[in-house]
Amino acid sequence: SNDAENTAAHHRNTLQFNTYSHRKQLFSVCVTLSEATEEVSLDSPERQPILSDGPSPVITPVTPVMISSRADVFDRSPDQDEDEEENRDTFDIQISVSDPEKVGDGMNAYMVYKVLTKTSLSIFSRDEVCVKRRFSDFLGLHSKLASKYMHMGYIVPPAPEKSIVGMTKVKVGKEDLSSVEFVEKRRSALERYLLRTVKHPALLKDPDVLQFLESSELPRAVSTQALSGAGILRMVNKAADAVNKMTIKMNESDAWFEEKQQQFENLDVQLRKLHASVESLVCHRKELSVNTASFAKSAAMLGNSEDHTALSRALSQLAEVEEKIDQLHQDQACADFYLISELLGDYVRLITAVKGVFDQRMKTWAKCQDAQVMLQRKREAEAKLQHANKPDKLQQAKDEIREWEGKVQQGERDFEQISKNIRREVGRFEKDRVKDFRVVIIKYLESLVHTQQQMIKYWEAFLPEAKAIA
Amino acid sequence: MTSISEDSDKEKVRSVSVDLNNDASLVIDIPDALCERDKVKFTVHTKTTLSSFQKPEFSVPRQHEEFIWLHDTIVETEEYAGLIIPPAPPKPDFEGPREKMHKLGEGESSMTKEEYAKMKQELEAEYLAVFKKTVQVHEVFLQRLSSHPIFRKDRNFQIFLEYDQDLSVRRKNAKEMFGGFFKNMVKSADEVLISGVKEVDEFFEQEKTFLLDYSSKIKDASAKAEKMTRSHKNVADDYNHISGALNSTAADNNTAFKKTISVCVLQKLEDRVASDQELKLTELLRYYTRDIQAAKDLLYRRARALADNENSNKALDKARLKGKDIAQAEENQKQCLQKFDKLSESGKKELTSFKARRVVAFRKNLIEMTELEIKHAKNSVSLLQGSIEILNSN
Repeated sequence: SNDAENTAAHHRNTLQFNTYSHRKQLFSVCVTLSEATEEVSLDSPERQPILSDGPSPVITPVTPVMISSRADVFDRSPDQDEDEEENRDTFDIQISVSDPEKVGDGMNAYMVYKVLTKTSLSIFSRDEVCVKRRFSDFLGLHSKLASKYMHMGYIVPPAPEKSIVGMTKVKVGKEDLSSVEFVEKRRSALERYLLRTVKHPALLKDPDVLQFLESSELPRAVSTQALSGAGILRMVNKAADAVNKMTIKMNESDAWFEEKQQQFENLDVQLRKLHASVESLVCHRKELSVNTASFAKSAAMLGNSEDHTALSRALSQLAEVEEKIDQLHQDQACADFYLISELLGDYVRLITAVKGVFDQRMKTWAKCQDAQVMLQRKREAEAKLQHANKPDKLQQAKDEIREWEGKVQQGERDFEQISKNIRREVGRFEKDRVKDFRVVIIKYLESLVHTQQQMIKYWEAFLPEAKAIA
Repeated sequence: MTSISEDSDKEKVRSVSVDLNNDASLVIDIPDALCERDKVKFTVHTKTTLSSFQKPEFSVPRQHEEFIWLHDTIVETEEYAGLIIPPAPPKPDFEGPREKMHKLGEGESSMTKEEYAKMKQELEAEYLAVFKKTVQVHEVFLQRLSSHPIFRKDRNFQIFLEYDQDLSVRRKNAKEMFGGFFKNMVKSADEVLISGVKEVDEFFEQEKTFLLDYSSKIKDASAKAEKMTRSHKNVADDYNHISGALNSTAADNNTAFKKTISVCVLQKLEDRVASDQELKLTELLRYYTRDIQAAKDLLYRRARALADNENSNKALDKARLKGKDIAQAEENQKQCLQKFDKLSESGKKELTSFKARRVVAFRKNLIEMTELEIKHAKNSVSLLQGSIEILNSN
């Protein structure tokens, strides 16, 4: 059917990665994939920040003031969102991140990437836009989105990770294979990040996202630096959150949430394990490739030494076959990595984001509880003042009661809304996950088929040579 | 205790060596073996029409040390100096599986029940593979002897096959071990000798050049092939872990994952099988590395005989000059010459048939390996495509 074709085309185009064109540059060295850590690492010392970059990316506490300023997004009707879901099958936007270019040199250098957006959606001003962005721009975008949407229960796709080691090598100007690999890995990760972000119906319409994709000049995101004031605040808040998590004991009235949270905990563990296994596979396959190449050379020398003519020729042919197979192993390792390993890494980070929204819900509930406690206190205070003769204070008390009644109501509404949002988000996430994995697994199987078919070709060509030994 | 019974799978000859004469008058095989802790007990089974044996069919239990005894006595037999002595079978090496078993025991607590069972299965398969390999290599040794017109008549060989009591092979005492060591030293001195001695015979000159070079090349190729096979095994192991991990995520009720598991399992199987093919290659190269060494040993012995011959000539000249002990020197010279001629003659025959044997063995094994690679790759493709279809249709 047409829809299926479109979806398939959509996935093919958007989750595209040029594994075969990159193979020559990559993978002659077994790169340890230990860069995928969750630590906050230092980015390079940036150049002088010029302006502040708009809404602070730091976690914003939920206050009534904040809520009302985001009223439009917050109050969007759920039906609207459902419609987005329907329309996603005719979702038409392609994003590619390409052409990494080094700007500057020494420790002040950075990479700039070309971000090309092709779309027929009307919210974009043109149907083809090309802009230049650097890594901290992506981080800045994510920061903004997280601060705007996470507390409402939206699962905001996490940005790719920083890496001191990787970037330092690139800055220092080493044109070696590991820095080429690093840049390619990052480029691919940035592309996947943008695609996931625009797949989210709310985020697609976000002005920050549109600005990121379209505007030629983007104010520098300086607060993404780890040691900036914002960075420090971020770390403090992270710690505070961790403490809060331990102290909040939520009375879960909704079994769905409890179940889901447990599910995600389990999934987290399993995916990490799987990821580790796949990383091991990639490493071993690269080793296999190296050893096959080494054997090929040795077989060639043996063939040269062999004094029986036909056997000598056969051994030389064997060496050639093994060389070709080595190339196959390299390509397969590439596929292993870019298709499976990176996908798993992405999902491990996504699940962290999912767990984050569950935590937000808990915080919202806590706020609601606090408001209720406060209201109770105010009521008690008012009751006391009823019998004292202080009309001003009584009035004030009554006003405060009204204020806190409002907060309680708002808190309950918030809680209801975030619960509803999370249900929808989780549903969307799970659908996407199944689709994502299925598409990638099919692609991976196809790569395996291709490898095996090539093997058949090579061995079938060799067989007559072996038979010709007389 | 593990026991293994070979059936007519033998026909597919896992053996890498080939017999050029299909003589049924003396047929030897190792139909089964027992493994007790460190010791392997092979059952050596003989069927013969030769009258020199007491019975037409019989079996005896033998251990690895007894094979080595047999090999050593043959090497030390002066008469056989002009023959290529079939290389001794290497000691059964269960180090690999044993290490794995140890790891399995240690990691038991951190694995799921299924993973553990799977790894245990893997381990048993590997154990079995090592076992089969060692049986094969001991069998080939005996078959080389039985198919050789001269070795098959060796008295010690017959004792080995027939004597149903324990051969009581003494452990080498210190003197003998030192003697053996000394012999090896002499051998390396021979290597210098071999290249130093002036060769008059064109055939041997060529063989010398060829064998010296080929020997180092095949040793290298054998080592590299082993490394390649090991990497392949690692990849297969990884797929094993991956399928285990996917298994647990499939509790998601997602059929896509379930299909992936079956795919991973079969990819693992394929990798295993592919590595079995490579093993054929590795075994072939390993065996011929040893065989080439045996051929080199023959050259050493001949070179030594040549040197002895030259020395005896010199001694005779000196004796004639001095005028005393001439008869003795003449006798010595005659013997050395005889020995040298005999060695050269049989050596030439042996080396020629060795080359023929080698070429045929390579051909056979390369063809078998290639055909198996093709078969398994085709299997892989059809299974993978089947899975892709299922996933696409969901």
